[in-house]
Amino acid sequence: MNTTLFFIQLLNGLQLGVLLFLVAAGLTLVFGVMDFINLAHGVQYMLGAYLAVTFTALTGNLFLALPLALIAALAIGLLLEITAFRHLYDRDHLEQVLATFGIILFLNQGVKIVWGAAPLSVPVPETLQGSIAIAQGVLYPVYRLAIIAAGLAVALGLHLVVNHTRVGMLIRAGSTNASMVSALGVDIRRLFMIVFGFGAMLAGFAGIMIAPILSVEPGMGDQILILAFVVIVIGGIGSIRGAFIAALLIGIVDTLGRSFSVDILRMFGMPPSNARAVGPAISSMLVYVLMAAVLFFRPAGLFPAKGR
Amino acid sequence: MTRRPVIAAAIFIALAAVPLLGLVMRDGYILSLMTRVMIFAIAALALDLILGFGALVSFGHAAFIGIGAYAMGILASHGYEDAFAGLAAALAASALFALVTGAISLRTKGVYFIMITLAFGQMAFYTASSLRPYGGDDGLTVARRSLVMGRKLLASDLAFYFVALACLVCVYALCRAIVASRFGRVLQGAKQNPARMQAIGFNPYPYQLAAYVVSGMIGGLAGFLLANLTEFVSPAYMSWQRSGELLIMVIMGGVGSLHGAIIGTLAFLLLEEWLSGLTEHWKVIFGPLLVLIVLFMRGGILGLLTRLTGGRIG
Repeated sequence: MNTTLFFIQLLNGLQLGVLLFLVAAGLTLVFGVMDFINLAHGVQYMLGAYLAVTFTALTGNLFLALPLALIAALAIGLLLEITAFRHLYDRDHLEQVLATFGIILFLNQGVKIVWGAAPLSVPVPETLQGSIAIAQGVLYPVYRLAIIAAGLAVALGLHLVVNHTRVGMLIRAGSTNASMVSALGVDIRRLFMIVFGFGAMLAGFAGIMIAPILSVEPGMGDQILILAFVVIVIGGIGSIRGAFIAALLIGIVDTLGRSFSVDILRMFGMPPSNARAVGPAISSMLVYVLMAAVLFFRPAGLFPAKGR
Repeated sequence: MTRRPVIAAAIFIALAAVPLLGLVMRDGYILSLMTRVMIFAIAALALDLILGFGALVSFGHAAFIGIGAYAMGILASHGYEDAFAGLAAALAASALFALVTGAISLRTKGVYFIMITLAFGQMAFYTASSLRPYGGDDGLTVARRSLVMGRKLLASDLAFYFVALACLVCVYALCRAIVASRFGRVLQGAKQNPARMQAIGFNPYPYQLAAYVVSGMIGGLAGFLLANLTEFVSPAYMSWQRSGELLIMVIMGGVGSLHGAIIGTLAFLLLEEWLSGLTEHWKVIFGPLLVLIVLFMRGGILGLLTRLTGGRIG
């Protein structure tokens, strides 16, 4: 275990954490404000990546594709809201799970029909190619740094919107007591639609940004969905701040665990062959162990929204 | 209420007649398909027991199937092929897992309970994938079905079919009895209003934990049967997708009625089988169908049945 590798993996963990935050932010708002379990949120992330593929092929550049893909992601999100989700807000959680699971099946298969089952890729934009030295002898890909920067910028923006604007005030009020907000004369349906569309766009943004460094394939949203749920549960449902901290925590723990679990086990005297067998399983388990531990000590997450 | 046994009995009689259908159609596949359906129906019943009557939404129930299956597979790989030993190990292992994870999970409520059961399910999944001596990711092939008193009584598909059917009927009867008992009433009371149950002197926790353990053991039974049916054990049995499918089966059939869970399993697996035979892209049809079920069939298939017959069935 050397320091350079540790530092690089720490940055990789930060990058995963930032992406998780973008997906989890929409999820926690939709859940917190509307009390709506949206399993199909991960699909928005996948769609974002696929839209990036298409629009990059059309425009020849990820920067030009970005706004187009964002608008398309927003449009698809709103379309889903109007046709399906809107009718599910007042149903119980189990029915929401069933319906949104159906939407996952539909869209996962849908992208296979439209884009094919084979993994696709997006080239890294030319200006962000290559690596730079971030310390003496430590090279890190520029594009990954760009993802971290963009993610942190969005997080800051979200913080300002939620804490310092009128819409943000309504969102905060909504995650504490939605029916009271409605009773005070706010058009709750419109607020729901704004929150939902915004969340869908954030997940789409995460998908667009990850497209150049991951293979774009059907079902890529499912794994991140589960991690995003872990994030919002650890953070406390409805809390943006909690989601941010939990996302970075999960990203870093997961990445460092995967890189160093075998070494750590060997350090504690486990024979190398056993360590190589057990290590990967332990590192995959780590985030779930973390979640179980957090819930054991704080059954409503780290930063539960007040009044829930 | 009085009609409930009628529906269940009708389903069981129909299931008992399936081998006849297989014989007439000269189709061996239908037998193994329906055996699989019944095994998952047992697991769905396990889930409905705590979900429908205790409002405990477990998103990790596939872990119990996997644990039951691995108990059978691991014993068999060491040469202990007796059915009763395998079954006892499956039940004991799943009971222990349920006791430990349930004791922790039940501290949380609602969505947090869903997620902590998911966490334990995932831990079981990754533990199974790391069992290098027992196949790891690739799973474990079992040489043959369990032996009864040293004889290959389960080797015939027909015999195994009826064993699975008998298990399904017994589990259904057991769940019915539990739900109707004083224990079951406390469980349902805690579902409706935990504070009031506390006030009249019942602490819901031990009741919920006991129900969780029973449910886990039924899941273990399903796993034991599944390992025998497929003669193969794999971590994939415990993936979160499997846990999700179990939830979908129960919700699709109708939560909190027990026979709804059986109907939901039948509908889910047979629809899947039929649609995937029609087109490679069957999920494009199946997905929207689930949405339509939620939008237009409140209470799942059973809810629809109740409304169509004006409450005479359901």
